[in-house]
Amino acid sequence: MRLVDRHGVRREHSSFTVPDPAMLAELHRAMVIGRRFNQQAGTLARQGRLAVYPSSTGQEAAQVGGVLALGERDWLFPSYRDSVAMLTHGVDPVETLTLFRGDWHCGYDPHRYRCAPQCTPLATNASHAVGLTYAARHKGHDVAALVLMGDGATSEGDTHEAYNFAAVWNTPVVFLVQNNHWAISVPLHRQSVAPTLAHKAVGYGMRGYHVDGNDAAAVHSVVAHALTEAREGGGPAIVEALTYRVDPHTNADAPQRYRDDGEVEYWVERDPLIRMETLLRNEQIVDDGLLEVYERDAERIATVVRDRMAGEDRLDPASLFTDVYAEVPPVLERQRNELAEELREV
Amino acid sequence: MAHTFPTSETTMGAALNRALRDALAADPDVLVYGEDVGPLGGVFRVTDGLTADFGEERCFDSPLAESGIVGTAIGMAAYGLRPVVEMQFDAFSYPAFEQVTSHLAKMRNRTRGAVTLPVVIRVPYGGGIGGVEHHSDSSEAYYTHTPGLRVVTPGTPADAYSMLREAIDCDDPVLFLEPKRRYWARETVELPVRTEPMQRSVVRRSGSDATLIVYGPMVATALEAAEAAAGEGRDLEVVDLRQLAPFDDATVTASVRRTGRAVVVHEASVFGGYGAEVAARVTEQCFHHLEAPVLRVGGWDVPYPPPKLEEHHLPGVDRILTAVDRLQWESEWVEGR
Ligand SMILES: Cc1ncc(C[n+]2csc(CCOP(=O)(O)OP(=O)(O)O)c2C)c(N)n1
Ligand SMILES: [Mg+2]
Repeated sequence: MRLVDRHGVRREHSSFTVPDPAMLAELHRAMVIGRRFNQQAGTLARQGRLAVYPSSTGQEAAQVGGVLALGERDWLFPSYRDSVAMLTHGVDPVETLTLFRGDWHCGYDPHRYRCAPQCTPLATNASHAVGLTYAARHKGHDVAALVLMGDGATSEGDTHEAYNFAAVWNTPVVFLVQNNHWAISVPLHRQSVAPTLAHKAVGYGMRGYHVDGNDAAAVHSVVAHALTEAREGGGPAIVEALTYRVDPHTNADAPQRYRDDGEVEYWVERDPLIRMETLLRNEQIVDDGLLEVYERDAERIATVVRDRMAGEDRLDPASLFTDVYAEVPPVLERQRNELAEELREV
Repeated sequence: MAHTFPTSETTMGAALNRALRDALAADPDVLVYGEDVGPLGGVFRVTDGLTADFGEERCFDSPLAESGIVGTAIGMAAYGLRPVVEMQFDAFSYPAFEQVTSHLAKMRNRTRGAVTLPVVIRVPYGGGIGGVEHHSDSSEAYYTHTPGLRVVTPGTPADAYSMLREAIDCDDPVLFLEPKRRYWARETVELPVRTEPMQRSVVRRSGSDATLIVYGPMVATALEAAEAAAGEGRDLEVVDLRQLAPFDDATVTASVRRTGRAVVVHEASVFGGYGAEVAARVTEQCFHHLEAPVLRVGGWDVPYPPPKLEEHHLPGVDRILTAVDRLQWESEWVEGR
């Protein structure tokens, strides 16, 4: 499924339409900001200011397209790869990076942003989305969820349990699979021999959509449609967004061991930002002035990230013992004192 | 790709790689698979070059699913292969827990010995590398509490080589825990090497005043602590357990009977940790030789912290020596009675 081709030209589709100009502009703005954010975080990782950073450069359309289809009360369930999705969803840029900076695990209050903690054990948060939307319905609330997962994660057993629970309970969840062709060094054909990952939906009695993941218009249109259907009781869905991880898995990866530069070039030519910018310019939806504003917005966020991370926050060692249980139990009280004693002696 | 190994100095990672190579060369039934163990060589490069040198049939990437990896290894082993599989990190082995505890550990017993499962599961474990959440767990107690599994962990490059070769040759399933922060630790040793049999604990440093009981990543830390204590006039013995289960207590109890004092040290949280078992056993076996209660040192009873706090969580030389100081060296305790 594609609505805008790689030359920025609209394609006719029988069931889906290109979002309106205002949404197209918003999709582009979010992608411009996302790209810059990835670059900034990558730089911080190289400088040793982040412990690690998994970049999503090349995948902006899939993340932004999916997130901007969410309604006000909907939840996002991201993985470690999905900083751009989180940023677009409204999570504070620095709090997005807390995990990678090594300051804490989850850097934000999930309730505040309706955004679950970034999930590292693959696919293990997918069933949480099913439970959360089940609970919302139970309480009479209209809440849907978008789960982001990778191609590799679809091999995990937890993925299949979540798909089945969602389908059987008919919960409003859309599973957006960013098929970026690689799970670290393992290519897709070693994960699955299904015709597409969207085909997996059939076995669970769900709808499955196969989308050009570098076409933000198409991703947005399909996810919005799937969310609407799911909300109306039409059942959950899998949306497979075909895209590509242009950067290494993380800054610690060595992609030259497993893939050719030629493959990367092929995908760079299909860059999601260039395609959208071409469309927006050709159709005079945005002009140079507005594009510059987007660039400035992106630069401003990059600056905020740099500035707020320039200093070294002193973390209180005593915070090791809080929030383990509802109340600090006596044993942890004792251990907190032991640590304080240790630190006094040094 | 040409692979050269220093004939004298080696890292633990290189020693493990060499052990896998030698095992693949020695026995056509040995297979290596898991996530990213093929062309990438594993995220820690322990399987570096194995696919290139032994072919895809002998070392390959599987679908990304730990339960499936261990489950298929069980099937392969039942049919006569000797699979060596990798869990990419400690906490990512949990999806395989059902296969490990309900099948791998019990198959011999369930079938009255008819089906044996010579599977090795390699797991990089422990902290100290600045890893974000789920990359630093010390999961040994989950496994040592499961009868039927052998749980081993090397503390030195020579042991890494020798114990991995032994684990692959062993007819029991082996959880092979690799202390990831020591992958780059160096030792001067000629490979191949055979050290003590893995079920035997060894004395890494002799001493007469107290025994530090350690394994895996804490071996080096305990040796450092013993050096520091020597400067203060205390002579510490260091025992490296090596095989955690089944636990052969002969070396440890002999040591504690001589020294009369003992501290068990591990990275894992102390409560319900492996050290509790060791402390209980030592107390049972050496009660009349003890001058002080056996103490345990480890991580706090909290979830493994983020990178910037891990130095305050992990036991280091100071925490170990503080425990040693508490081993009732003064006679006031006796007088106070
Ligand atoms: C349960 C589990 N097993 C293994 C890992 C280690 N790991 C981290 S990312 C990754 C590859 C994931 O690939 P994919 O799902 O395609 O997502 P991508 O990284 O490409 O976005 C692996 C194996 C993990 N995080 N969780
Ligand atoms: Mg992927």
